[in-house]
Amino acid sequence: MDIILGLVRDVLEEGFIYGIMAVGVYITYQVLGFPDLSVDGTFPLGACVTAALISVGVNPWLACLIAFLCGAAAGCVTGFLHVKLRITDLLSGILVMTAMWSVNLVITGGKAVLPFYDQPTVFSSGPASLLSGGLQDFRVVILGAAVCLAVKYLIDLYLRTKSGLLLRAAGDNPQYVVSLGRDPGSMKILGLAIGNGCTALSGCILAQQTESANISSGFGMVVMALASVIIGTSLFRKVKFVRATTSVVFGAILYKTCLVAAMQLGLPTNYLKLLMAVIFTIALVSNNFFAGRRKTSHVNPTQI
Amino acid sequence: MSTQLKSEADRAFVSLQHIHKTFLPDSVSEVVLFTDFSLTVEKGRFVSIIGSNGSGKTTILNLICGSIPADSGSIGINGRVVDKMKEYERSRFIGRVFQDPSKGTCPQLTILENMALADNKGGGFGLERGVSKKRLDTYRTQLELLRLGLEDKLGLQVGSLSGGQRQALALLICTMTPLDLLILDEHTAALDPRSSENVMELTERIVREKKLTTLMVTHNLKFAAQYGDRLIMMHRGSVVVDAAGAAKSALHIRDLTDKFNEISIEDGN
Repeated sequence: MDIILGLVRDVLEEGFIYGIMAVGVYITYQVLGFPDLSVDGTFPLGACVTAALISVGVNPWLACLIAFLCGAAAGCVTGFLHVKLRITDLLSGILVMTAMWSVNLVITGGKAVLPFYDQPTVFSSGPASLLSGGLQDFRVVILGAAVCLAVKYLIDLYLRTKSGLLLRAAGDNPQYVVSLGRDPGSMKILGLAIGNGCTALSGCILAQQTESANISSGFGMVVMALASVIIGTSLFRKVKFVRATTSVVFGAILYKTCLVAAMQLGLPTNYLKLLMAVIFTIALVSNNFFAGRRKTSHVNPTQI
Repeated sequence: MSTQLKSEADRAFVSLQHIHKTFLPDSVSEVVLFTDFSLTVEKGRFVSIIGSNGSGKTTILNLICGSIPADSGSIGINGRVVDKMKEYERSRFIGRVFQDPSKGTCPQLTILENMALADNKGGGFGLERGVSKKRLDTYRTQLELLRLGLEDKLGLQVGSLSGGQRQALALLICTMTPLDLLILDEHTAALDPRSSENVMELTERIVREKKLTTLMVTHNLKFAAQYGDRLIMMHRGSVVVDAAGAAKSALHIRDLTDKFNEISIEDGN
């Protein structure tokens, strides 16, 4: 029983932490229709910035905010490459992802792994220290869920503002944004900033959980985030009362469940990335299968 | 001659002066469309533009809206020179309805959200609430003008409306805020005959009511003859018929058809 409870806890911990990234990628991929590969670089960026800041004694919550802003800045670069320099969406993402590798190494001072053990993190200080006895075991789940749901809620609120509506319009029909006298390119850059900000925040929280930053932790994040978004949105499409942002968090949890289940069934760790790719492929194909039967279709997922 | 043109341009509300436009220059498929083309439109005119394929009628609209740049020449709207302005900057005082009904609205947003966005045109798109409850009644009243029953379907996604409904909505939406110039780019061409009639009647009503200066490109000679107070027929980048006021009223649709066939045969269409 304890083993199962432990597994559920692990799934929820990672599900909520990666869920933050899924909400961000929902903005870029689903709202803007932009397959953003820079996520592979901005996820470890968040982790590295956090490690560098916390190891010099910066407040962990402030580190979260700074990580978000750094990710947003990187997202702006992707947007700038695409919108102003007219580089294709995929290439813009690849360029930023590649460049981030060096940026992250500079931030960690050339180390591939930057630990910050025994420093205060969001899981060990502030509100987390108020959790008593038994709840301490679940502090990562509780705080991860709190941050993830807060991000989700803020994004929901934002999407209902005037700026948020304009962002949705920019993804839906850029010509409409032009006819409103606004530059759809700027909205794209803004959306990429939000998406990559969330991704970096996700990397930041993960780093605080493991108390170290690994510059290769971003590998496979695009696949994981997109799989979460596609699994979530296609499974909960019919359920009216579940918001899309909620469904992508569920998607992230479900995706993690599949991975953990496969590992428990004895799949060697070496096959993890292969499994990730396979699950993503299944999600894409089944989404297409259902999309064919819908009248109004979203961005075609095979465009990535 | 040039001074006369200049003073005419001063009085003009919309003016295209000495426009040159060549498509695919220096290639085998080079097309020289406009050489020293000038056109002026007075304030409050409803101009219908007809012409065969490739005659340059849609290009005129694209040049005015800034969707494509002119090689040389100057364009002015209501006293502003707009040559340096980007398309989205010009959109602040130009409203445009496209041939494709999906271009004038956002399919995934609801009718209400589309209208709320349009209502805010010219304002800041900040972090205020996107849809203001106070404006609901105004939106409903405006939708009632369409006589399509959309006022009861504010929460419906625009993508689920028919082409005619979407085009009527697009027309309403782009004239919600004050405009200098309304551009109608074959806006009834993709609709069935019944819906085209409806949208055309609605166009007439809105244009008259708001006294909008309007440029309408159409393939429908009947609409061109019936609506508007000035008619221009284009052929290979120049104006071949230009009739306003009484001269336009005197034009019979048969004259137009004859003239149109004449230039079409010349092009081998």
